[in-house]
Amino acid sequence: MPISMKNEAAIAGIGTTTYSKNSGVSELALACKAISNCLDDAGMDPAEVDGLVTYTLDSNDEIEVARAVGMGDLTMFAQINYGGGAAVGLIQQAVMAVATGAAKNVVVWRAMNGRSGQRMGQGVSGSIISSDLIHWSWYMPYGMLTPVSWVAMIANGYMHEYGVTSEHLAEVAITQRNYALNNPAAAGYGKPLSIDDYMNAKMVSEPLRLYDCCQETDGGCALLITSTERARDLKQKPAVIRGVTQASTRGQEQMTSFYREDLRSLPEMEWAAKRVYEMAGVGPQDIDAACLYDAFTPEVVMQLESFGFCGRGEAKDFVADGNLRIDGQLPNNTHGGLLSEAYIHGVNNIAEGARLIRGSSCNQPEGVEHVLVSSGVGVPTGALILGQD
Amino acid sequence: MNMPSRIKPPLGHDNGWWWEQAAAGDLTIQRCAICQTLRHPPRPMCSECRSMEWDFIKSTGRGTVASFTVLHHPQFPGYEYPLIIVLVDLLEGTRLVAQLRECDRDDVQFGMAVEAFIHEDDDGFKIPMFRPANASQQAKETQHAD
Repeated sequence: MPISMKNEAAIAGIGTTTYSKNSGVSELALACKAISNCLDDAGMDPAEVDGLVTYTLDSNDEIEVARAVGMGDLTMFAQINYGGGAAVGLIQQAVMAVATGAAKNVVVWRAMNGRSGQRMGQGVSGSIISSDLIHWSWYMPYGMLTPVSWVAMIANGYMHEYGVTSEHLAEVAITQRNYALNNPAAAGYGKPLSIDDYMNAKMVSEPLRLYDCCQETDGGCALLITSTERARDLKQKPAVIRGVTQASTRGQEQMTSFYREDLRSLPEMEWAAKRVYEMAGVGPQDIDAACLYDAFTPEVVMQLESFGFCGRGEAKDFVADGNLRIDGQLPNNTHGGLLSEAYIHGVNNIAEGARLIRGSSCNQPEGVEHVLVSSGVGVPTGALILGQD
Repeated sequence: MNMPSRIKPPLGHDNGWWWEQAAAGDLTIQRCAICQTLRHPPRPMCSECRSMEWDFIKSTGRGTVASFTVLHHPQFPGYEYPLIIVLVDLLEGTRLVAQLRECDRDDVQFGMAVEAFIHEDDDGFKIPMFRPANASQQAKETQHAD
């Protein structure tokens, strides 16, 4: 029998830094602050942490973080690839460690000066010719250098096929901005977004406008994963991990899966959905709220179909009916998401998932039993279902 | 002072030959030497039969637009905006991403027929691009009418 990961572990701590456009401190400082806040939130001493997981894109080595925060002996450390696709992968690593005994208390984080430092989409270069560099070189020479340009290529085809309009995308952007209006930590706090603001904003990569794109943020976010049993003895209500999986499918590329037969869906997300629902023993009808990865608005729309909240081509109607709002069928990204809270590469969306289970969201729907969280879209990705203890 | 030019691809074992063919004037598609499956972008192994032997064919360059995007921001030196990028279903069955030229932004359509040509930059760099099919024919006819 394989070792089960269902209900074995829980998110027991959440820590964030201030989210800003110019932190004025190092990325290591952001990581340390987020982790320190996370351990205080849980009520755990740093010396008890024995596992660490972050992104390959994170500039902070595990041992630098461990030394600075005052951690002791480590038994597991790992980094996950593929940008925002890594987010849920961090949780999977942590749960595998806890379920197998490879580590007891695992901290995962992402800390970045994503606005004042290295911004996304400035091109990829290097002197060593790796397969990754060659991959990007099919697009870079044509001036296709930004994540929004790669996403727009898929989104435009999907929208054309199913009659999705800018008004549908605006509903996603405005719904999440409205959530951010209640979240003092969010970039969108105090900044209402109207349909006119949305439509009049500059076109970036057709059909995507400025407010279809996420924030660029300086900040950090950390989570503590430990056994569900231990989590019960800590300070916060455990957000139990019912199911978690990474997912990549045949013909996958990083952001540019332009060569698969079907260009109008997200096969890796459908694979993630199948796996995570099976593991958790629930279906879309059991999900009370979600944090669907939202670097760009059409990604939210397409995922509604991947995760079975509606049929193929029906997501635009699901959105137009207001289902992503607080009184809808699937309140989504109730913190504002990457679009309107902060772009911490999706770890902040997992944090909101845990808050929704705790009942401490700034926009808390009633009776939340299960929350679905996904990571990056159009990349090797993953999905997570959190539940009540 | 040199004008800024487009980003050049790195030329490695697995992709350099494709750019060399482009520089020589041909749009090519990699082909498995054993099972004949075409593949793009190029890779060292055939995902159908795992052969590492391959050659390539010259593409007709003819195809239709499967999707497109028009880039406005941010604007990088070495490129002209708005910049139309198309994802093309080639007649041979593989797809290719490239710039669409000789076409107004408002004339780009899903499913429109396009044809490839080799564009040469001011610095001599050659790169496959597309234009509306029969654009060259129309140009010739216009010239003829003059």
